Amino acid sequence: MNSFPIIRVITKLIIPYILLFALYVQFHGDFGPGGGFQAGVIFASAIILYGLVFGLPAAQRVAPVRVVEKLIALGLLIYAGTGVATMLIAKGNGHGEASQANFLDYESLNHNISWLGPLSGQHLGIFLVELGVGITVTAVMTIIFYAFAGREPVAE
Amino acid sequence: MIFIVIPILALLAMTAFAVARIRDLWAAVMFTGIFSFLGASWMLILDAPDVAFTEAAVGAGISTFLMLSTLALTGKKEKPSKVAVVPLLVVGITGAALIYGTLDMPAYGAPDAPIQTYPNPSFVEKSKQDMHGLPNVVTSVLASYRGYDTLGETAVIFTAGIAVLLILRKNGDQEDRKS
Repeated sequence: MNSFPIIRVITKLIIPYILLFALYVQFHGDFGPGGGFQAGVIFASAIILYGLVFGLPAAQRVAPVRVVEKLIALGLLIYAGTGVATMLIAKGNGHGEASQANFLDYESLNHNISWLGPLSGQHLGIFLVELGVGITVTAVMTIIFYAFAGREPVAE
Repeated sequence: MIFIVIPILALLAMTAFAVARIRDLWAAVMFTGIFSFLGASWMLILDAPDVAFTEAAVGAGISTFLMLSTLALTGKKEKPSKVAVVPLLVVGITGAALIYGTLDMPAYGAPDAPIQTYPNPSFVEKSKQDMHGLPNVVTSVLASYRGYDTLGETAVIFTAGIAVLLILRKNGDQEDRKS
């Protein structure tokens, strides 16, 4: 792609906007359309676009294979970990006798921080869970791209 | 509205026909991308921006790219094939049965349709209060009411990623990772 300066310049211009839009879809998903899955795919498409135009090694410098591989598992761990955390935190939230919470029961994440005011556990829980989905989807899409792009064409 | 709906549906049908008939695989992949884009527009008309989002990002974006990269690894031309009568019959009969099945379906947006009444509407009405003001019911159903489901879906994506890695990773990657 070295001989297509227009494509290179345009790509460099629009990638920040793709990433910004992905973050918007990720973190605004509970108020508008969107969510972790869509945001993850949009985020990965920015990496894939970069890889298409500037070559696979350049993309792998930005998102190294070793890191992306671990992000696949990290996203799922954030999701499941939020569930476990709701069970563990339930004891100390001061809601009376309810000393036991269910897996992924975000109500136990309700809390008060004096200078922030009350924070809704539902908002926090959904935020964390969607973050986990987004990380896993981004990593899986990127790793599939790497797997395809890294192979040599089969001679016909 | 009808002036948008009919051209989009007609274009969807034409694109599907083109994908089925064309023998140049590169063009066929491009047509599937166009089909996904039209599908996304269609979902937007049906007031489902979430689905339109996904269709545009996954269908038109990523899967088109994945099919193109598969073509780059294999070949661009499909071998000419004879007209197969039995599959044509099977597809025709199935399609006719599906169209027959749509005849007694409730009209789009009908308030007494099962889709509007079956998950108890109070579910939707309570969402905003339960979620402490989150306006997006889709998100609250997906991430909170059905958190288990979405956890399972994330695990499916995880498994799919691992499976693709196991099948497609080339042997040379072992050296790359050590460096």
